[in-house]
Amino acid sequence: MSGYRISRRTPESTVGLIGFGALVVVLATLPWWDSDGSLQTPLVAILYYLALAQMWNLLAGFAGLVSIGQQMFVGIGVYGLLQMAEVGGVDPYVAIPLAGLLAAGLSIPVAAFAFRLRGGYFAIGTWVVAEVMRLLTTESNDFRGGDVRALTRESLGGYSLETRTNSVYWLALALAVGGTAIVVLVLRSRLGLALRAARDNEGGARSLGVSIGRAQLITWVVVAFWTGCTGAVILLHTTSTTAGSAFSVTRWTALVIFMVVIGGVGSTTGPIIGVLVYWIIDEQLGDADAWRFIILGGIAAVMATVAPKGVYGLLQQWRPLQFFPVRRRLAGGPSTNTPPQAAEPEVVVEEGQ
Amino acid sequence: MEWVNAIVQGILLGGLFALFATGLSLAFGVMRFGNLAHGDLAILAAFLAVSFASTLDVNPFVTMALVVPIMAAGGYVLQRFGFNWSIGADPLPSILVTFGLAVVIQNALLEQYSADSQGLDVGSFETRSIEFTDDIAVGWFPVLILGVAVVVLVGLQLFLSFTRMGRAFRATSDNPSTARLMGINDRNIYAVVMAIAFATVAVAGLFLGIRQTFGPTDGPAQLIFAFEAVVIGGLGSLWGTLLGGIILGVAQTVGNQVDVEYNVLSGPLFGHLIFLVVLAVRPSGLLGRSQQ
Repeated sequence: MSGYRISRRTPESTVGLIGFGALVVVLATLPWWDSDGSLQTPLVAILYYLALAQMWNLLAGFAGLVSIGQQMFVGIGVYGLLQMAEVGGVDPYVAIPLAGLLAAGLSIPVAAFAFRLRGGYFAIGTWVVAEVMRLLTTESNDFRGGDVRALTRESLGGYSLETRTNSVYWLALALAVGGTAIVVLVLRSRLGLALRAARDNEGGARSLGVSIGRAQLITWVVVAFWTGCTGAVILLHTTSTTAGSAFSVTRWTALVIFMVVIGGVGSTTGPIIGVLVYWIIDEQLGDADAWRFIILGGIAAVMATVAPKGVYGLLQQWRPLQFFPVRRRLAGGPSTNTPPQAAEPEVVVEEGQ
Repeated sequence: MEWVNAIVQGILLGGLFALFATGLSLAFGVMRFGNLAHGDLAILAAFLAVSFASTLDVNPFVTMALVVPIMAAGGYVLQRFGFNWSIGADPLPSILVTFGLAVVIQNALLEQYSADSQGLDVGSFETRSIEFTDDIAVGWFPVLILGVAVVVLVGLQLFLSFTRMGRAFRATSDNPSTARLMGINDRNIYAVVMAIAFATVAVAGLFLGIRQTFGPTDGPAQLIFAFEAVVIGGLGSLWGTLLGGIILGVAQTVGNQVDVEYNVLSGPLFGHLIFLVVLAVRPSGLLGRSQQ
């Protein structure tokens, strides 16, 4: 009996981890070898979109919370940083986690409303809350969301342009890598087990004592925190904003959803693929804004019907590779002296990807 | 007196919201299908009316005879050969499909008609009104909208209660697999539901276009108003939808009045807040069946 063990590792996951680590090192050193910034400039947006995509995917793909209101957390991050740096005189880099905490704090009363709705109505409900926040920001005399507001040189803390450009890039990289790590860590924890048990069979999970509401709330708050931090970094990148662009459903939710759906919802690799696909399409289209949405929205709508697991799902059908293993498998067994290839996973304890 | 007028106008505006909400409520009630493209479909119908009215040179009211059947047919086909694939225990695919469609419609309209605001001109009827006092005047057109909303809701209620098809709707809503065993073709039922939803939202879209100017990106706001009317009134109750529409309408016009006098809240924001209060205090809505 004692020969059994629960394992998540697969050969390709080891390769995946090494490859991912190497990629992160290459990307982290980019400011030193990409001197003209031809790669660094577009990568900032791609990286913070990856962070947003991982967070939306954690909610919709794993926690069963299909939110169309992610722009509220981005907006809170943007205006949180703006107010702290402009009015409070807080160092902008210190203000980033504080803006994230603000988003996390506000996400709890939002959940008190939105969690009363289910499925499609939860989606619209979160959208309404985001809309309320946009309107309040627009009409408030403190936030003046109707005007263009920019971070002044003083509120940027007197850092040089080069320092700011590079630090925004590294922050975006940290958000993307950290966002991916959060998803993997959440899914490998008891919380992730509860979420997926609930997703696969809600009644069964409840009867086993899984507190679904609690697991969903924790995930919601974590996602709000990271999305809020991302919003703050987005403001450091753009340095100016309006309520309309900070709380934009198309920029911070629709595009993100399309990326995740095309790449593969409900997997950790899917959002990465989706963001890369978006990057390629985006480069081809240039300024044709309406067409970009028609094409991405159309692909996503068709994908959601015919290939609900996205590009990653199609790859899985071809070769079931797991680069970020979150699935527990029963390995080993009484005859531990059998060669490794005989210890192929016979029992998949949990359908994770 | 301005306040009384605001309330009267709000009740009339509620008719339009109820008309918007009918299709959303029906689709969610029968097949748990939250159509996120609902508002954009209304705007699409209004733009179709603009095109027909100018090419055929007729009054926009006449184009209704074309636009409503076209939209209904579109709804049937889209559900039968598209949306039906995304229906199931998991709401995610249906949300993604309709959200994608919403964004596609918005941007296709933007590409085709530009971002300029459009209006549907039906002549003097639009502005004719009965004056009760100096402050209170009731327009014929808003009365017509409320009347149509009531007729549509009564008709739908009768249809659901007394016809064979209506019974099939309710049976499919309660339990699709058992309904299938009884020989009901649920895929066809869903398509008919969507055809009705598209037809009602087309009427609502045309009325909206006659009432005010509209642009390609106005759909989401209409979706949100329709949704708020449904939730305020109560899920699964058609009368609740009418009541919810009226409450939302009154909230918005009164909110606008507050905004004029104190400059604190705009009408839509006031409506959103009323919605949130109802959601907090009575999540099953005013006339909704209480949830377990």
